[in-house]
Amino acid sequence: MKILVVDDESDVQVLFEQRFRREIRSGALSFSFAFSGEQALDYLHEHHSEVVLILSDINMPGMSGLELLRRVRTEAAPPPPPRVMMITAYGDDDSRRQALALGADDFLTKPVDFAALKEKLLALPA
Amino acid sequence: MASGNEFMDTALGLGLVYWGRKALDLPTRLPTWDRWLTRLWQPAAVIIVLGVVVGGPVVGWFDDLFIGAMMALGAAVGWRLRAYRPAFWVGVGLAPYALYMVLGVLLRLSGRDVLHTLDSGGNLETLLVLWTGSLFFVARSQHKTLAAEAQRRLEAEQEQRRILSQNHSLEHEVNQRTAALAQQTDALRTTLQELRDTQEQLIQAEKMASLGELTAGIAHEIQNPLNFVNNFAEVSSELAQELAEERARPTRDPELEAELLADLKQNLQRIGQHGKRAAGIVRGMLEHSRASTGERQPTDLNALCDEYLRLAYHGLRAKDKSFNATLQTDFAPVLPLVEAVGQDLGRVLLNLFTNAFYAVRQRQLAATEPGYAPTVSVRTSYRDREVQVVVHDNGTGIPEAVRAKIFQPFFTTKPSGEGTGLGLALSHDIVVQGHGGALEVASEEGAGTTFTIKLPV
Repeated sequence: MKILVVDDESDVQVLFEQRFRREIRSGALSFSFAFSGEQALDYLHEHHSEVVLILSDINMPGMSGLELLRRVRTEAAPPPPPRVMMITAYGDDDSRRQALALGADDFLTKPVDFAALKEKLLALPA
Repeated sequence: MASGNEFMDTALGLGLVYWGRKALDLPTRLPTWDRWLTRLWQPAAVIIVLGVVVGGPVVGWFDDLFIGAMMALGAAVGWRLRAYRPAFWVGVGLAPYALYMVLGVLLRLSGRDVLHTLDSGGNLETLLVLWTGSLFFVARSQHKTLAAEAQRRLEAEQEQRRILSQNHSLEHEVNQRTAALAQQTDALRTTLQELRDTQEQLIQAEKMASLGELTAGIAHEIQNPLNFVNNFAEVSSELAQELAEERARPTRDPELEAELLADLKQNLQRIGQHGKRAAGIVRGMLEHSRASTGERQPTDLNALCDEYLRLAYHGLRAKDKSFNATLQTDFAPVLPLVEAVGQDLGRVLLNLFTNAFYAVRQRQLAATEPGYAPTVSVRTSYRDREVQVVVHDNGTGIPEAVRAKIFQPFFTTKPSGEGTGLGLALSHDIVVQGHGGALEVASEEGAGTTFTIKLPV
């Protein structure tokens, strides 16, 4: 299962690779990384329908996570549409409502509980 | 003269005496003489009674003697009072006539009335009368002149007294005014001190207000590195656990062990990095809230711009989650360090960035341009011994009428309670007075605003 992680902090990549090292090693999960909303869109355009899940930070310079979500949900893409999980440091109801209204499948707050995230990811239908 | 009512001259002479006393003001000028003169009515009365009862040449003789004596007295008074010019001329006027009269009486007494024989036509007496009359006239006009002069002097004295008293009252008034002014000056000085204190408090309040704006940004900025510290610490203990398990296996995988060790080492470095990052943010926050030491130190403006751009952005985002903007940085690769009070310049930058974000947010909220992308950029450059920091936004822009006032203290276009109106005023002070630089603004309404900080190196 291919997951695209979008965050402007580059260390997120190392963190995910280590947190999910067993799953990556076993081939259960595979990660790609983008460091901005724009990069994420470019990646999605190049890798149609490979990405099953997008994990995106909301607060990023330039295109925000919510804008990315809106673009993903409105742009015509070959089915099936990817699942989208939003992550934010500001875990307020307003952002959550907005994210869900724009078509997010889940809403996580920082600091991310990796154990819970792992369970969620593994529970997803591949 | 010696005909008709022989005593008429006496009555006339007495009248003249009384008139002369008044005219020459003898009661004050010659009080002793005047007392005697007032008694002249007694001999005059005797002559008049004699004239009425007896009549005849003897009375005429007395009458002439009396008149002559009166004239002689008048001449004496004139001499005595010669310093008083009218009296002197009266004396001069009377003296010949008196001499004529007395001489006449004495000659008649001696039986040789030569004078009356010589002057039988009365020409000499007429001449004497004219002489006396004209000198009386002279005396009178002189008296008038003197009186007018005295009046003028009196008036002048009165005027002087009036001026003097006016001076007095003016002086009094001036003293009162001076006292009032001194009091006012004291009051103003106190007020000035109060204003200075208030200004200090306001500057501190402005600092605290901007700190408040920062707090959320700072929390966000700290939370990210802290999350990394926690995550890398956790994942590292997992790695250590895995390494231990690996080493306990009968068939060990040296490659995997090396990889785990390398990851562990990297993670420790990352923990250190993110820990330092958080510490740096806290230090920056403390520096911002502390009163400025005013000490200049070589400062890296690129780093300062980067730090405050992020803080300002996250600060605004914390208050307004739906806000997003593109941040563009264009830092000069080689920028000399500037002797600056980093904390103060940080406040200036924070202010400019906050304003820039506010402007793009306002334009975005107007929601009239679908493709609008809020953008705030900062560019640094160095040329001709001058470092420039250019903060640009594509926000609402500043109307020309407002542009002239933006550096004035307490001027704000923000809704009441949202801005202190001190941000740009203090920024201007810090750049211009604190660092000998310049803070310039260029703006186009509806297109954006550019603030340029110029600092000498």
